[in-house]
Amino acid sequence: MINNDSTPADPRDEIVTHLPAMRAFALSLTRNRSQADDLVQDAVVKAWKNIGSFQAGTNMRAWLFTILRNTFYSDRRKQKREVQDTDGAFAATLSEKPQHDGRLAMADFETAFVQLKAEQREALVLVGASGFSYEEAAETCGVAVGTIKSRVNRARKHLIELMDLREDEALELTDQETMAVVTAGLPVRGNAA
Amino acid sequence: MTQDNSKTSLDEQIEENLRKVYQRTLEEKVPDRFQILLEKLKEQDEQHDK
Repeated sequence: MINNDSTPADPRDEIVTHLPAMRAFALSLTRNRSQADDLVQDAVVKAWKNIGSFQAGTNMRAWLFTILRNTFYSDRRKQKREVQDTDGAFAATLSEKPQHDGRLAMADFETAFVQLKAEQREALVLVGASGFSYEEAAETCGVAVGTIKSRVNRARKHLIELMDLREDEALELTDQETMAVVTAGLPVRGNAA
Repeated sequence: MTQDNSKTSLDEQIEENLRKVYQRTLEEKVPDRFQILLEKLKEQDEQHDK
């Protein structure tokens, strides 16, 4: 490897520092680990080759995220695969037990989150997790600030709906699991009539 | 028993969970393939520049 001293600040040297964030954002889009890393790889190659379109001094993370999401949506259009196979990887990153202190169980949250539309997931993640301002998120997604705001609101509402539906069930489910152990062997079916 | 304020705190809990999920990936070690990729891209450029 040759270290070329004559090229001082190549903005591309900065890409490596954004890889963790790119992977996290990609996973929220693909909901699948290996697809997420493939997506990051494609985005990195594109960014590398199109570094000329990056304006020095501007937000590189936003620029990289834009490339990443554009790649995601154009791949998806090509594949015409609206229903993605989530391999549970998103949830598999966590091995927490559901909590019963009234807080949202992480598993329930993730089950709900992966059901959201991609545009809602990305808005929620950009604003709620990655620390982007509404303006940065809007620019990244190529939409108006108001659009991002309403996507975030809709996403939140939808999540709450999804989890409200599951909240009681979640508790019952855990009870059932416990009961299943206790009553193992007892006939369960046949009590419907 | 703090069930009454669940609606407002739900928003906060959503944010909290969102950040947790995001944070996990952030803290993961980036797979080697990316370092290799970046080195490859760099080498290609250096060859072009010659």
